[in-house]
Amino acid sequence: MKLVFDRPRALADVQTHYCPGCTHGIIHRLVAEAIDELDIAERTVGVAPVGCAVLAYNYFNLDFQEAAHGRAPAVATGIKRALPENVVFTYQGDGDLASIGTAEIVHAANRGEAITVVYVNNAIYGMTGGQMAPTTLPDQKTSTSPYGRDVSSAGYPIRMAEMLSTLVAPQYIARVAVNSPANIQRAKRAIKKAFEIQVKNKGFALVEVLSTCPTNWGLSPEKALRWLEDNMIPYYPLGDFKVPKEVE
Amino acid sequence: MSEKLLMKGNEALGEAALQAGCQLYFAYPITPQSELPEYLSRRMPELGRVFLQAESEIAAINMVYGAAGAGARVMTSSSSPGISLKQEGLSYIAAAQLPCVIVNMSRGGPGLGSIQPAQSDYLQATKGGGHGDYHLIVLAPASAQEIVDLTILAFDLADQYRTPVMIMGDGLLGQMMEPVLFPDRTNVELPEKPWATTGRKGDRPKNIIHSLELQSERLEAHNQKLQEKYADIAATQKRSDEYLTEDADVVLVAFGTVARICRSAIDMAREKGIKAGLFRPISLWPFPDEALARLAEKERVFLSVEMNCGQMVDDIKLAVDCRRPVHFFGRVGGIVPSPEEVLAEIEKIMAGRCDA
Repeated sequence: MKLVFDRPRALADVQTHYCPGCTHGIIHRLVAEAIDELDIAERTVGVAPVGCAVLAYNYFNLDFQEAAHGRAPAVATGIKRALPENVVFTYQGDGDLASIGTAEIVHAANRGEAITVVYVNNAIYGMTGGQMAPTTLPDQKTSTSPYGRDVSSAGYPIRMAEMLSTLVAPQYIARVAVNSPANIQRAKRAIKKAFEIQVKNKGFALVEVLSTCPTNWGLSPEKALRWLEDNMIPYYPLGDFKVPKEVE
Repeated sequence: MSEKLLMKGNEALGEAALQAGCQLYFAYPITPQSELPEYLSRRMPELGRVFLQAESEIAAINMVYGAAGAGARVMTSSSSPGISLKQEGLSYIAAAQLPCVIVNMSRGGPGLGSIQPAQSDYLQATKGGGHGDYHLIVLAPASAQEIVDLTILAFDLADQYRTPVMIMGDGLLGQMMEPVLFPDRTNVELPEKPWATTGRKGDRPKNIIHSLELQSERLEAHNQKLQEKYADIAATQKRSDEYLTEDADVVLVAFGTVARICRSAIDMAREKGIKAGLFRPISLWPFPDEALARLAEKERVFLSVEMNCGQMVDDIKLAVDCRRPVHFFGRVGGIVPSPEEVLAEIEKIMAGRCDA
């Protein structure tokens, strides 16, 4: 019998700590599939964030560094500049990348660092128990916005993909979602493209992945997928924001 | 390079780092150390190495983390307020046991303070600075030549112990021009780093650079391992220098720039018949307490002279086990004490020795 579906080699055969219904597992798999297909595992170094994916280094069969909160793009810069022939990627959540680490991501992107950034946006701080994130939607209730996010005080959710696409140096910036099989296929293509761009030494690539947090949203996994579709995608439109001509 | 060159301390430090095999340098501009990034921004590209001006002190130290974790010899530099910003990164680097060199050409504080020389980061450098139980090896040069020698040593110690090493200078040392001689480093082999994240090849287990240990027992074990390493460093890496201490009735204790001023004051005191001497810590951590304790075996008084409000005094008192009087004289705010001021202090102490 022909084997048609297996665990990617770049993904470790271990149980993760992610909550039931959380889409981190899907995104991990997409990253591992892309690394396998490009056959780059032996020269790839990942950088884990602080947040739910803090233990990502346990889930990939890859060399990994764990960065301080928000500093992954700076750590990745150090690795890539030391080992320019290697493939370096960061895997960061929205608190890590869009709040405490905004300076690091903006300047890594602005320098055109040849790194790949997988940016997982689930509109909430998951690891610390569901506090308001810079990406939390207007009126969305969290443990630190119990009356709903008040935009007159907390401002509006940050659209990182759009903001970073105003910079000259980045080669590829896209937003995808993992709430349906069709969107997962698109997410896979975008993540693979973001690695391909680095392999071809074209510079900075970032994929923002809209993700669910059933536990802290207080929804069942199935309802969380629908909530993402109904609430997040209208505010965070999917698509490519920056594509290099030769890769288009 | 074997001929004597006239160089600023900051530039001598940069050249010494190159001789030591520093492959990457990340920094953010701050006075009074900007000659160092300026020098390396010229020299690193000439040698095909990496100079990168980071967006912040925080980014610079985290770039150091990444490059050190990738197995490279790497350095960053700053001055006091910038070093404060790097403390988060230093804690992570110490925890993850990454070798690297950090330069602090310190200036007056607290806060934005001044751009004039000071030694008021002594406690920050020697007692931690960031969160958690860790130490940096801290080396304090007192001349441009010693900057060269200690910078090369710093890279070697960093690799030997997998630990961050700080060069603690001050604005005066960095700016002053002096003749320097560089050792021949042509046949130096750098150590292998099998733990570095260079990509997992073949059957090698994956390398992970991290400091997270969610299990309390494992974190305690990691702390104990770090403490064993610090004990090993403390047992073997204490460094100090002495000047006319043999017969001294008063021993001045000073490091860096101030130690040179104290030498002048000691010469002036000797001319007046006062037997003064100098004990100069070269490693601020580990503090050279045993050598100082030996001096305390004889009846004499100690005078700590610092460009701060007395941050080293506790270490001296601990070293002499409070058996001998320890006096303090300091200037702060970026003021460098004059030899005459120090001499006056020596005379005051010797005159009132019975009161001490």
